[in-house]
Amino acid sequence: MKEFKVTPIRNGTVIDHIDVGMSLKVLRIIGVRGDVSSTVSVLMHVPSKKGAWKDIVKIEDRELDPKELDKVALISPDATINIIRDYNVAEKFVVQVPERVKGIMRCSNPSCITNKNEPVEPEFVVETKKPLALKCTYCDRLTTDIAENIV
Amino acid sequence: MSGSLKGLDIVSIRDFSREQIEQILNVADKMVPVAKGEGKSTELEGKVLGSLFYEPSTRTRLSFEAAMARLGGRTLGFDEPKGSSVAKGETLADTIRMVDAYSDVIVLRHPQEGAARLAGHFAEKPVINAGDGAGQHPTQTLLDLFTIRNEKGGIDGNHVVIVGDLKYGRTVHSLTEALSMFGAKLTFVAPPTLQMPKEHIRHIESKGLKPRISSSLDEVIGDADVLYVTRIQKERFPDPAEYQKVAGAFTINRTMLREAKKDLIVMHPLPRVNEIDPDVDDTEHARYFVQAFNGVPVRMALLSMVLGGME
Repeated sequence: MKEFKVTPIRNGTVIDHIDVGMSLKVLRIIGVRGDVSSTVSVLMHVPSKKGAWKDIVKIEDRELDPKELDKVALISPDATINIIRDYNVAEKFVVQVPERVKGIMRCSNPSCITNKNEPVEPEFVVETKKPLALKCTYCDRLTTDIAENIV
Repeated sequence: MSGSLKGLDIVSIRDFSREQIEQILNVADKMVPVAKGEGKSTELEGKVLGSLFYEPSTRTRLSFEAAMARLGGRTLGFDEPKGSSVAKGETLADTIRMVDAYSDVIVLRHPQEGAARLAGHFAEKPVINAGDGAGQHPTQTLLDLFTIRNEKGGIDGNHVVIVGDLKYGRTVHSLTEALSMFGAKLTFVAPPTLQMPKEHIRHIESKGLKPRISSSLDEVIGDADVLYVTRIQKERFPDPAEYQKVAGAFTINRTMLREAKKDLIVMHPLPRVNEIDPDVDDTEHARYFVQAFNGVPVRMALLSMVLGGME
């Protein structure tokens, strides 16, 4: 009998090809905490077909919304999303780094006006894709430590 | 940003093309007689400037007020947030919305970076950035360019030596970006810990220029056309003795200027503390007080252009 390390899920999302070591950050930024009612599986340091290493996250009974997909793209731009419905892959796509990022990240500059209780959503434009650097449209500061600043 | 400046916010020097900067400086030229009180203007009669200074300022605030008054307009606002609703915790966004209703143009100085951009989002009237923390101070840059152009007959090709705190000084970052747009030759003189940040050097190099980096003023002064001096702040040095050593090495005095070209001009955004000895004031090189005056015609030009007067 074939032994599965992690069993297939009936409904939910499999996030594959996560940059190795980033799976727990992915869970954090999409808000998966201890109070979820379904199973969440995390596979870290799994060999990929390309000969490299990757992480995988399986979340049962949950599909990600566009904002959450953008968050995943920002910290793991090569991640693949598999939407599972009734044990089948209903949709499969690679996340896309958005050109503009609004409302999902704070500016890394503590002196930026967007960090001062003003009624605005911080907004960024992609300055470089590899490595990913986002420029604040208010203070012009570049943020490269994306995972630490996602809200 | 292109074409007319009517109704536009003036937030960062990066928003301007070289042609637009030249257009502003040309209008500023025409403003000089009125700025000096030699002529009268009623161009902005009936217009109101909302002047919001959340941080202390002498030159910038007074020159904006003078500029508005010389053009026949009036100013309202505050020069410190104490006593205003800001002290009660009002957000900048709300203050801006209120002043937007009371005035035709808003001038803002604020300690937080990006404050002017935020104000621009909430105001329908044009917002002019008068300095936002360590961020941008575009009107200072424009008056610096105006001074160089008028005193040297042009900006292109001049060798501009910038000395002092190049790491934290907001004036020098905007100025070097603008000077690189004009193809000026640049040299940066600072103690290694206060040298120009790498990203600014890269930006200048992307314009095809190769700025020279030095820690010795004596090495470069003989070849300079413009010496732009900025203050080295004591609080940047944990050791007061180290500050004294550094500050002393970058003090401009009359003896040092003997090695300089006869037509070298010395500029400083002011206030100065001890980086330019008072014995330089009455030399043919000193231009820092002219530079401070130039804030008036340049700000007159901006007020006039954003309010739709002159093109």
